Formats: sequence, structure tokens, C-alpha cells
Amino acid sequence: MRSEARLRADPMPRARGLNREPLWLYVVLGIGSILVAFPFVWMVLTSLKTAQDVYLPGILPPNPTLDNYAQVLGRTGFPRWFFNSVLVAAGTTLSVLFFDSLTGYTLAKLKFPGKEIVFVVILSTLMIPTEMLVIPWYIGAIKLGISNTYFAIALPGIMSAFGVFLMRGFFESLPDDLFDAARLDGVSEFGLYWRIGLPLVKPSLAALGIFTFLGNYNAFLWPLIITQSADMRTLPVGIALFSGEAGGQWNLIMTASSLAVVPVLLVFIIFQRQIIEGVVLTGLRS
Amino acid sequence: MFSANRPAKRLTLAQRQALWAYLFIGLPLAFYLLVRIYPALSSLSMSLRDYSPLKPVKPFIGLENFQTALFDPALGKALLNTALYTIIGVPAQLLLGLGVAVMLSNINHYRGFFRALYFAPYVTPIVASAWVWQWLLNRNFGPVNALFSAVGLPTQPFLGSPSQALASVAALVVWQQLGFQIVLFLAGLEGIPRTYLEAASLDGANSWQKFRHVTLPLLNPTIVFSTVVGSIGFLQLFAQVVNLNFGDQGGPLDSTLTVALYIYRLAFQNFRMGYAAAITVILFAIILLVTLLQLRVLRRRVDY
Repeated sequence: MRSEARLRADPMPRARGLNREPLWLYVVLGIGSILVAFPFVWMVLTSLKTAQDVYLPGILPPNPTLDNYAQVLGRTGFPRWFFNSVLVAAGTTLSVLFFDSLTGYTLAKLKFPGKEIVFVVILSTLMIPTEMLVIPWYIGAIKLGISNTYFAIALPGIMSAFGVFLMRGFFESLPDDLFDAARLDGVSEFGLYWRIGLPLVKPSLAALGIFTFLGNYNAFLWPLIITQSADMRTLPVGIALFSGEAGGQWNLIMTASSLAVVPVLLVFIIFQRQIIEGVVLTGLRS
Repeated sequence: MFSANRPAKRLTLAQRQALWAYLFIGLPLAFYLLVRIYPALSSLSMSLRDYSPLKPVKPFIGLENFQTALFDPALGKALLNTALYTIIGVPAQLLLGLGVAVMLSNINHYRGFFRALYFAPYVTPIVASAWVWQWLLNRNFGPVNALFSAVGLPTQPFLGSPSQALASVAALVVWQQLGFQIVLFLAGLEGIPRTYLEAASLDGANSWQKFRHVTLPLLNPTIVFSTVVGSIGFLQLFAQVVNLNFGDQGGPLDSTLTVALYIYRLAFQNFRMGYAAAITVILFAIILLVTLLQLRVLRRRVDY
């Protein structure tokens, strides 16, 4: 503990850096942040305006109201779409975490004939663009009679080759001796993965989980194709179709957008360090 | 241990491990074969057929779909636009990301705050952001044009103009991707050993020379990654284009149409799935080619 504190207390680099810090960097970064953040500010402020005030000049709402929120939450499928998106994203994320780590562990730590072929098969799927898959997926879902179900929305995302590749790399960095020793102690093969391997790659799992959740929560193309009834829409599809039908009622459109964006922003603000580091970790590894 | 009751054929340790391995990867392997490889092959097969869900027969027509593609002006437009998005967007997000990352690595206060703020658009739903931008760039009531009027500039149609719409879409994508680029380059910059830069200082290099001859070459892996991933993203552009001009998707006058949107339109609005599948094959080939080319060209530059 004490040595850690001493390491951190070293004031030299910080103090030296301070003198050389040019002010203009803060000015440029500040202007940039205003530009980056402004769309969100504009979105929320518009959502607080009445239908007439939307067309008045000026950024602040002259007669701030929460009526738009009551309307969007009360008269549209918004709560259901939000639920659908969270359900699909959570389900796919759990599935990806389990299967990708299990596959990655198997490819990294177990010896079996055909291992190289399996790895190449899985890795090769990374190169296939989604556009090439959605038409056969759609036809298949219709044939199986599962279109417009949660299962069909989630199915293409329940495993990811990218995650396998990532997890394989993380498991490979663990020493083999660890697993050999546990094996001699009588730990089952599944136990080696579940009790020895998984706890050691927890940070990577968290990173993969965040990445997967975001990707599925925001997915648009496949849910747009496979959902037919309004109650099965995911949030992005719901917002797109609602906004398209709202016919320029910008106060309502911006309210729907705010309702989609603000929860994500709040979660992001709380966990921003973990989320950013997770995205970097997964991003760089690939 | 070796009692006579045991079956004569006991599995060796290696055989048992292999059995477990097959048990573990059985389901995943089935998934990748059935939900990735098989559909990709069936797209390939569909691309050689006159395939429509509305017609009972799907006759084999050889390369006719690809012939049609050669002379399809809308596809030509979509390909050109997609190329333009990539050529404008990838360097823009790379340079901005690198620039902001370098600035952030040179300040000591509020670095985490700035990083989080620039990153926020990356985590927000693309569809919602696209609608916000549509309203932001509105000709008559958007704040961007309000600002233009206030400083005496003529208002711009942005998304309403065939000559400005594509750049407006690209701007939205860059805004969304910027934070990701910044954290990539921040990680890349952190990976550069301080001793290299100090050695360059001792040799009398100024800040620009250090950046140009030490930082930039060492950032090459990050630049390659940013270019490859960025290009794949722009080549598959879809959600932003649809939601920025929902009433006339890909418009005005197909000026924002992308290959992905054209595929969607053909397959799910016109039900010309065989032809759409042929274009997915073309898109696949383009992505593969561009990626390999970039890896070759950009990687070669590290040899010094």
C-alpha cells in the first residue's frame, strides 16, 4: 500500500508538464467539445418545447414542458421498444460471453485433432459482410416460421467470431502450467474453463460484454428486416419508423431521441472509464 | 485404480481431452457453419439465379445478374457515393482523431473529461443521433443555418441538396466515430516509449520533427487499424443514410445512396433478391480487396 502511494505521489512529471502546457490547447479542445456536445443539448432542449415553439428562433424553450414525454411514452410503443432492445442486447451479450469464451478457451488451451481447421473456419466468417447474410437469414426465418420473434432478432448475434478471436488471445496469454496443475488436482475439463480460466479473463469479458451490448442495442439493419409488427420493433427501428410517421413534429421526434440517448449517456457517464478502456481493449486486439 | 471391472478400452488422457473439446465447440461450430458460412454460400448461389420470393421458380441464369450490375446506373451511383464516403470520411476521422489525441496527450487537466465528452456520440444509438442531425441541419429552423444567418452567411440546404447531402452524412459519421478514433490514438501514443522522444530531443529535434520522425512512424499500426476499420465501416454505411433522409432514403436524387442501402432497397422493397445477392457478392469482393490493398500499402511504409 505504502509503496503504491509513494509511486503515485511523485509530483515531478506533472509539475514539469504544467509549465509547458499551452493555453490554446484548452481553447481548441473546449470549442471542439461544444461542437461535439451541441447536438445532444439541442435535442434535449427541443424535446422540452411545445409544438409551436419548435419553429421559433432561439435555442432555449420559451415555455418548457414535459408534455412531449408524456405523449411519446403514453401513446407510442416506446416503452415496449426499449424493453425489446434491452432484452435482445442482454440476451445476445450473455450468450456471446459464454460461447465466445468457451470457444476461445477450447482453441487456446485444449489439444484436439482438427483444431486449426475449426479456427480458420470461425476466423474466415469475420470477412463476410452482414449485407451478404441478411437475405438468406430472412428467407430462412420465413421458412422456419420464426420471423418477428425475439429469437430471430437475436439469433445472428448470439456468437461472434470477433469475440472468439479476442478470447482465444487472452486465454493463450495464461500459463499452461496453471491448467495442468489443476487438471492433476482432479478439476474437470469444464471446471478448468469455468473456475480457473474465466475468473482470470474477467476484465476482457467485461470489455467484450460492453462492446457486444452496444452493438446489439444499436443494431438497425437486421431488426428492421425481421420485425413486422410494431410491438416487436427494437428501439432503433421503433424510433426510425415513429419519426418517419411523425411528419415533422420535431418536438416529439427529439423527445423519442432523448429517451433513447439519455439512458445510454447516463450509463456511459457512470462507467465511462471502464467503457472506453473496454472498447480500446477490444478494438486494439482485433 | 485398475480394477478388473473397468471396461477394457479406457480412453487415454489425450482422447478424453479431445472429446471434451468437441463437446465445447460443437454448438459454436454448428452456429458458424449454419448462420455464417451456409448463408454466405447461399447468397452466392442466389446471385446466379433469378430469385424472387414472389415467384415460385428460381431459374439458374448464370452471370446475368452481374451483367445487369455492369450497366445499372443506380448501382454505379451507389458505388461512386460509397467510394466518396470512404475517401472523405476515413482521412477526416483519422486526422481529427489523431489531432485531438495529440492535443489531449499534451494537457494535464480535464483529459478524462474531454476524452469522455468526445467519446459520448460513439455510444449513443446511431438512429437517434441521425434524426437529431436531420433537425440540426434543417434548412429553415435548424441552429446551424440560424448561426449562418446570424453571421451574415447565406443559409444552406445541406441534406436537401444533391451536392451537399453526401458531405453532411459523412460529417455525422465522423462526429460519431471521432471518440473511438481518439481513444485508439491515445492508446497508440501511450505505447510509444518516452526514451525515443527524449533521445530525439537530445539530438536537437524540435516538436514537429519528433512528431514526424518518431511518433508518426511508431503510430503506424494504429493508423493501419484506423484506416482498415474505418473503411469497412464506410463501405457498409446504411443506418445513417436511411435516417438522415427518411422520406427519400438515399436522396435527394440518389446523391447519398450507398451500396448497402441499394441492396436493402432491391431485396426488401423490390424483392429482386437474386440481383441484390449479386451486389452483396460484389460488395464482399470490394471490402476484401480494399482491406488487403490497405494492409499491403500501409504496412510497407513501416519498413525503415
